[in-house]
Amino acid sequence: MSESKPMNLLQALNQALDLYMEREDSAVILGEDVGNFGGVFRVTSGLQEKYGAERVFDTPLAEAGIVGMAIGMALNGLRPIVEIQFADFIFPAFDQIVNELAKYRYRSGAQYCPKVVIRTPYGGGIRGGHYHSQSPEALFAHTPGLRVVVPSNPYLAKGLLLAALEGPDPVIFLEPKRIYRASRGELPLEYYTVPLDRAIVTRPGRDCTLVAWGSMLPIALEAATLAEGEGYEVEVIDLVSLAPYDIEALERSVSRTGRMLIVHEAPGTCGLGGELAAAVQESCFTHLEAPIRRLTGFDTPFPYTLESHYMPTADRILFELRELIEY
Amino acid sequence: MDVPSAILNNDGSCAPEYRDLIDDQDVVRALELLVMNRVMDSRLLTLQRQGRLGFYMTSTGEEATTIGAAYCLNDDDPIFLTYREMGSLLWRGVPLEMIVNQLIGNGQDPGLGRQMPVHFCFRDYGIPSISSPVGTQLPHATGFGYAARLRNTGQVALAYLGEGTASEGDFHTALNFAGVYKTPSVFIIRNNGYAISTPESLQTAAKTLSSRAEGYGIPGLRIDGNDFLAVINAVGWAVERARAGEGPTLIEALTYRVGAHSSADDPSGYRADEEPEKWRAMDPLARLAAHGKWRGVWSDEQEARCKAKSETQLSELVTACEVWPPPALETLFEDVTAVPTPQLARQRARYYEYLRSQRKPAPQEVA
Repeated sequence: MSESKPMNLLQALNQALDLYMEREDSAVILGEDVGNFGGVFRVTSGLQEKYGAERVFDTPLAEAGIVGMAIGMALNGLRPIVEIQFADFIFPAFDQIVNELAKYRYRSGAQYCPKVVIRTPYGGGIRGGHYHSQSPEALFAHTPGLRVVVPSNPYLAKGLLLAALEGPDPVIFLEPKRIYRASRGELPLEYYTVPLDRAIVTRPGRDCTLVAWGSMLPIALEAATLAEGEGYEVEVIDLVSLAPYDIEALERSVSRTGRMLIVHEAPGTCGLGGELAAAVQESCFTHLEAPIRRLTGFDTPFPYTLESHYMPTADRILFELRELIEY
Repeated sequence: MDVPSAILNNDGSCAPEYRDLIDDQDVVRALELLVMNRVMDSRLLTLQRQGRLGFYMTSTGEEATTIGAAYCLNDDDPIFLTYREMGSLLWRGVPLEMIVNQLIGNGQDPGLGRQMPVHFCFRDYGIPSISSPVGTQLPHATGFGYAARLRNTGQVALAYLGEGTASEGDFHTALNFAGVYKTPSVFIIRNNGYAISTPESLQTAAKTLSSRAEGYGIPGLRIDGNDFLAVINAVGWAVERARAGEGPTLIEALTYRVGAHSSADDPSGYRADEEPEKWRAMDPLARLAAHGKWRGVWSDEQEARCKAKSETQLSELVTACEVWPPPALETLFEDVTAVPTPQLARQRARYYEYLRSQRKPAPQEVA
């Protein structure tokens, strides 16, 4: 048995970065405050000390410059790991991500395949208002050429980040900051990876499929436990990879349960839930016992004082589940 | 800095200390490529008008800068191009055939016909992909330079931009980051007077663009971009500094866009027809030719022969390249990610099903 240790999600990410930096000489970490300070959430803590200021370094405050520079580094043989301090601040880099990073392999006929992993904390529930709370996953999932990955616990965070770093494709790695510290688990100290594009059935059940990811996953599990008290067996799927998403895992589950509820924090309209619902009904139409439902953030900018009304909760999930199962 | 903004005299001569900036053989080579560049601009634009090319962009009038800067580099130094530096490709030695295949977008194009004409990408020749969103390549040159130093490859990254692009945020971040990290990068602004229709006076209130270098803590040079010797002197100076670990340089090369912005543009709507004529006196070909004559290695007859030969070569090449078939249909679905996503695989399968329903050929699916 390999050694293991209890860790929170932040520590798991820090360990993944440490292991990768040690293994891969061409890996470099750049971003605002990631060097000396170790990042505002401390994910890169201790790494500059260990790997030096040329491989782990602070950047000027300019997200487009950070990502643009990382692409240039990747064009010349490095494996840059970028931290964007909050997902809300990623938009100045949108052009570099969408027009350059995502398209480089394709437009060059795979002559140049710059590989950059962009880590960024996303999501609400921390009283962060408009600009420390957003979930921009759909914007990136809508861009061919990018992978979008979201871990929901420390074990997955470490294994998925290592898989993202190893793999050939650019990755937007969204970190659920709400559960950075709250999510804890025992995990191996050794190097391991978790497949990037497999959804995980976190809790089996036969009455309804409940799909969530990131910080909504613990809420979904809580709702499934509440539902069990009412006699419903809810199957919880952690989607893990949002682009590409594991359509076969969803089809397998919904073919059995006949029902699906998708939960996410981002606004509902044109959110990823709409895509999942459309894809599943195309292939599982004859299995469906009820319309596919979504429980999402409202189509408002992310609020501050009334945040608790905006975020999906276990009770609200249960409210939807009851209706779906009794449909 | 003691870098002169102009070197060539009106009669083609230069001060003795600049004569050895380049040898006779390379002067002749530069002239031959400049002539070829002109032939390409004229012939390929005609092909576009005839509907044989989808799009084209000329660089007439700016060749001293584009050929000259490339002359200063080693073969493994990347050149981050915009869409108006054909001369750099020619000096770098990209085969004409490769260039024409890209313009046509056939299956021989290393980019598999996925981009519009003039969006070149030739890795074997150190040419990363050109982008239409202007300026995005600039931070790449900073990052490439950073990696070159970290990996100790000795490379210098050269990047071009137009004066309009100096208004983009990417220009600012690229130069600011390059200054902070002292990356081996050289940025050349081809100040040709126009961003499509917008004159330089509407891009900035600053008197010069080179003065911005001071704000980034790096040297800035302003040179006559139509003076081939001034270009190789300034760029050579900047490249040498960069290679020696002394950091980036910004060079503003003053030139003039003699042609339209692109084959889809008509300048008569925004500038007087006589304006380009005034610039004939500054023509980089005429000036370098005069210099070649002054050295005794170039003549009008040589230029005429070179032009005729280039015309024949290009015509034959275009005819030969036009027979290549388009890229295979499968390539439409490849290289998005390393392996097609399940979603894309399904879209592809359904499209092939449709094609077969129409009794049209569809590739066999690979599992």
